[in-house]
Formats: sequence, C-alpha cells, structure tokens
Amino acid sequence: MSEHHHHDEGVPHRHPLRPDQDDTLTYWRAMEIAVRELLIEKQITNADEVRSEVEAMDDRTPACGGQVVARAWTDPEFRKLLLEDGNAACEAVGLERGLYKLVAVENTDKAHNVVVCTLCSCYPRSLLGLPPDWYKSRNYRSRVINNPREVLREFGTVIDDDVVVRVHDSTADMRYLVVPKRPAGTDGWSETQLAGLVTRDAMIGVTFARQP
Amino acid sequence: MTQTESVAPLFRAGDRVRVREAYPIGHVRTPYYIRGKSGVIERFCGAYPNPEELAYARPGLPKQPLYRVRFRQADVWEDYRGKDEDTVDIEIYQHWLQP
Repeated sequence: MSEHHHHDEGVPHRHPLRPDQDDTLTYWRAMEIAVRELLIEKQITNADEVRSEVEAMDDRTPACGGQVVARAWTDPEFRKLLLEDGNAACEAVGLERGLYKLVAVENTDKAHNVVVCTLCSCYPRSLLGLPPDWYKSRNYRSRVINNPREVLREFGTVIDDDVVVRVHDSTADMRYLVVPKRPAGTDGWSETQLAGLVTRDAMIGVTFARQP
Repeated sequence: MTQTESVAPLFRAGDRVRVREAYPIGHVRTPYYIRGKSGVIERFCGAYPNPEELAYARPGLPKQPLYRVRFRQADVWEDYRGKDEDTVDIEIYQHWLQP
C-alpha cells in the first residue's frame, strides 16, 4: 500500500512514521555515558545499581505527596509535624526523607501558595516524581514570579481578591510542598479516598484539590 | 576546616534585611530580580555549604546560614498587578544579606 493519502478511496491514511533513530547523542548525553562507564569500570558502582536508581526515580509519583497531604487533612498532630519538619513527616508515613529539607506550605482561606524555581527546576522529587515540562519552562518560571494571579488564571485557578498569593522561589536547599485546602463535602472520607483528590498540580499550587 | 563548621547566624525570624546589590560572575543562587530589595526573615533554614564554591568543586566551607526571606511583591516589581499583601519567599544565604 502506498503511504500517500487516498481519502477518496476510503483507505485509512497512515500518519507520518516516527523515525527509527529517535535518539540524539548530545554533548551532555555523551558526557553522562562516559562518566557512567568510567564509574562502572572503576567499580565505584555497577550497571544494576544505576538501573535500579532509574527505576526508583520512575517509581516516585505524586501519589507519595497525596498520601502526605491526605494524612495532614485527617490528623492534626501529623499536620503540625508536616508544617514544622516536612522530612520527619515523610518518614513518619514510611516515605523516604528526601535529600533536601522539605518545607510544607498550607493553603488557607486567607493565603494561596504556589511554587517555582526561577533559577532552574528544583522540585520535591521524592514526593512528586519528575517535574512536568511546563514547570521547567522559561514561560512559567519568568511569569509566575511576577504575575502569579494571571498565570494561575491560565491554569483555570481564580484566586479571590481577599486571598493573599504567596510565591515560593525554590532557589537553594529547600524543597516545597503545597498543602491544598481540603475540599468541602469530604467529611468522614478515608485517607485513601482523600488522597485521590490531591493532584500533582494542586501540590505545586497552580490549582486546587479536586472537588468530590 | 571541618565538615560541620558554620558561620554564626546573624539574623532571626522577623528581622528586616536588604539583599546586597552586587553582580559577581559565577554560580550565584541569589536571583537578579531580588538584588537590592528589602524583606523580612521568614525563618532560618540551617547552614549549608556555599553553592558559589560547590559549583567549582570546592568544599564551600564554612557552611553559610540560609534564610527564607519574605518580600512584598509590590516592593519587588514596580508594575505588580496583584494585592499589596502578596509576597514572594526566597532562600538567600547570609553573605547576600545586610541589616
């Protein structure tokens, strides 16, 4: 069959094929491979350790953060611990402490928090996994810092005029978790049910927790 | 110099501080937009090796006290379009802060 379009003959046309060679060996990728192979050759690490670290990295998802938030919504003592010492709170629910100090910031009726790293892409990876592409974009980084209300509106998030917006620029050794407001109508919900309402974007602060 | 040695913290939560207005070359983690601006210490975050040294494979010791400093957005951006009370919190190392 020809790859050209033949709409008139009723033959479904094929979309353009992705090239088989879809990998580009950039300078930094070559550097990464060279360093990794050297570390393995010198027996500082081994291929299986590298592979399992990548696997662990891919296993970290916003579900970890959701678990922490849902616990904070249901357990006042835990909420206090989370706001005082985020790393200890993670450990208390069986998650990894994380390599960086975790600062949890809580949304209330009076304040809405949103996180950015204007310098690069610092992100609470131990709780949320890898950051979304938009979080790393120059557009988000340069605009949410000086016009947060408009950027939030673009995410569909309208902040009332009587609510203060607090932007947190993650410039150094802290990582930030936004604790969204618990949605109304969730009285008596279990932690597991509540965790289902806590999205990645709500924990970055660009939106609210899902409504039940 | 030991791994645990730190510069003594000079500021406490609530203190008013001004960010140095300096433009050294190198790996600096104090954003341009905040240099020369005044804010209030939100909290002391502990002491960490100086990233300006770490970036060049030096130990970055003694550790530098790190603070979260809260600024009014209206003090940071001339044309800020939001509430007067809106804020931005930034982590800044002590050697970038003056009383």
